[in-house]
Amino acid sequence: MGLLTFKGGIHPFEGKEMSMDKQVVELWPTGEMVYPLSQHIGAPAKPLVKKGDRVLRGQKIAEAGGFISAHIHSSCSGTVKAIETRRTSGGNMVMSIVVDNDGQFETVDFSQNLKPLDTLYTDDVREMIKEAGIVGMGGAGFPTNVKYSPKNENDIDHIIVNGAECEPYLTSDYRRMVEEPDKLIAGLTIAVNLFPKAKGIIAIEDNKPEAIRILREKIGKSDKLSVNVMKTKYPQGGERSIIYANTGRTLNSSMLPADVGCIVSNVDTIIAIYEAVCEGKPLMERIVTVTGDAIANPINLKVPIGTNCNELIKAAGGFLGDIPPKIIAGGPMMGRNMVSLDVPTVKGLSAILCLSEDVVSASETTNCIRCGKCVEVCPSRLMPAELATIGEHHDTDKFKKLDGMECVECGCCSYVCPAKRHLAQTIASTRKQILAMGKK
Amino acid sequence: MSELMNVSSSPHVRSKDSTSRIMLDVIIALLPATGVGIYNFGFKAFLIIAVTIASSVGFEYLSCVLMKKKPTTRDLSAVLTGLLLALNLSPDVPLWLPIIGAAFGIIIVKQVFGGLGQNFMNPALGARCFLLLSFTGQMTSFTYDSVTGATPLAVIKAGESADLTKMFIGTIPGTIGETSAAALLIGAAYLLTKRIISPRIPFMYIGVFTVLIAIYALATGVADPLYFVGEELCGGGLMLGAFFMATDYVTSPITPNGKLIFGAMLAILTFLFRMFGSSAEGVSYAIIICNLFVPLIERFTVPTSFGKGAVKYE
Repeated sequence: MGLLTFKGGIHPFEGKEMSMDKQVVELWPTGEMVYPLSQHIGAPAKPLVKKGDRVLRGQKIAEAGGFISAHIHSSCSGTVKAIETRRTSGGNMVMSIVVDNDGQFETVDFSQNLKPLDTLYTDDVREMIKEAGIVGMGGAGFPTNVKYSPKNENDIDHIIVNGAECEPYLTSDYRRMVEEPDKLIAGLTIAVNLFPKAKGIIAIEDNKPEAIRILREKIGKSDKLSVNVMKTKYPQGGERSIIYANTGRTLNSSMLPADVGCIVSNVDTIIAIYEAVCEGKPLMERIVTVTGDAIANPINLKVPIGTNCNELIKAAGGFLGDIPPKIIAGGPMMGRNMVSLDVPTVKGLSAILCLSEDVVSASETTNCIRCGKCVEVCPSRLMPAELATIGEHHDTDKFKKLDGMECVECGCCSYVCPAKRHLAQTIASTRKQILAMGKK
Repeated sequence: MSELMNVSSSPHVRSKDSTSRIMLDVIIALLPATGVGIYNFGFKAFLIIAVTIASSVGFEYLSCVLMKKKPTTRDLSAVLTGLLLALNLSPDVPLWLPIIGAAFGIIIVKQVFGGLGQNFMNPALGARCFLLLSFTGQMTSFTYDSVTGATPLAVIKAGESADLTKMFIGTIPGTIGETSAAALLIGAAYLLTKRIISPRIPFMYIGVFTVLIAIYALATGVADPLYFVGEELCGGGLMLGAFFMATDYVTSPITPNGKLIFGAMLAILTFLFRMFGSSAEGVSYAIIICNLFVPLIERFTVPTSFGKGAVKYE
């Protein structure tokens, strides 16, 4: 049987064996906790607390600042030390609530948020998701309650759980699937029941046979839920790729997955939905893989959001040798280089990857030899070499004509380029310029 | 730790492929044909190959220095150009001739237009055609086993028949690298399995050419059509051209459909030149003419982007 897949893509070094079999370990932070008010797409959240207030673990400390926005909850107990700008992993300075962690983790009573499942209407569930401050935890951070409120509930027929984890090195989703399959299945059932016609698919790459086996076993015979096995290939977990692989439907940059009847959610997000609806817990922790060849003891951590990244590194046994030249928030393909480790864990942080070698700085860009490898691997079926050259010339009209706006910034073109051109970077920045011009 | 770290844009990992590695692979793939050439034609062939490569690299270095650019000799592309040019020369040429060819190929065809990746025509073939027009006598005199004779294709063109087995193995008169179809196919298999070249251009080229030749053979009532097709496939520079020169990245389309069209055009032109032209050969001219069409082919074969024209699902 042919595995589900898409056209194009690459097979980078996976590196997952470093942390794949490491059971998730809970990390209880000791230092101050920082909660940036922008951990999601959309308007920043508005603080509900002020300096000097005592907060409890699970308390809502900032509320959504608009329709597309999300609440933020404290993940520790302590006193609000300041509300000021702090650096985030991407390097930006973001207004944040800083809490002096008292180490007690005194928690609010979550049971007050609970209602018997069978008395809930779909809108109650959406409200609970919103109250819990859940956003897409794959990195983009789109507010989940908005994603699950399409114009017409009947249009949605597929909820796809993205268990591809196609980024090299990352194992946080894998550990979730293997360790907490019941929560994942229950969460997906809740999500599926929001839509009269929806079916749930857990889509997993074939390099995770254990997760596939466990979930298939747990689901058993079901009309509503199934596990799909996909070919291991990057970017199999890209939104457009995963929808195409599982449903055969295509969408472009002007469309949302809901336009083709699909909603795609990260594994952690679905589990957050379960915890919100069945345990009354807001989103205040996540699984982070701390890995890479520069890490002493690669590990999967359950980390309270807001924890300083230095504490995560410490929990992984620290660095082997000096501070490595490459520290990435997320995976090596689409993750962002961290400017500092003195930044908080946020809702969308899937991994801290520490590499002892900076291959990008070490390689020198030479002339394009027009080998066409970038064209072959582009999942959006573009001509990256051409687009990057056009981008360098700032020819925005031609860029748009060649569908440059359809780029998903997966980075496959830069990865394969033998001339080591910064194709993805040039195309991405041209896209940003065009989007910025469009906003005027 | 107030010091901020250096950052770069994603992706943070790169494949091990590099321009020089690709060039090296093509050079490796040409070694069987080079070996057969030296074995067949002796020390003279080796000298020609050495002189051509050395002068190509020399001119590459010189032009970079004169144009105040960083020398690009280490990417091995000049070595490859030199080797390809040498394989396209008769073993009888005087040693000054490849030096002139290398100068033309490297300086005029490649460096003046901006160096690697910017040339609109295959430098080795450009040089060969230049030499063919300027020094026709030296370029078309072929000695094999100390007998100066016509190449098998010229024999066939004259209406006679050549020995197909010899043509396949390569014990025939011809240019240094083109005679052995077998050695070239071994190299081609290496390039295809290492995915250095896509099969689109060579398979389309050889496939369409075979069909055209077969039709021609049947239409003109050749005595043994199958044998005739075999001779046309193994003869001349077809194998060398189809796998090693038509697939030159720089001068072939980067679009998947463009590669198919390019291959088909090559086949048609080669067929026309060989069957209706004054010379028995046609591969070199077919390739450099099609090189010129590449920008046009690419313009019409831009791939359809994923999701283009997608409709909302009801």
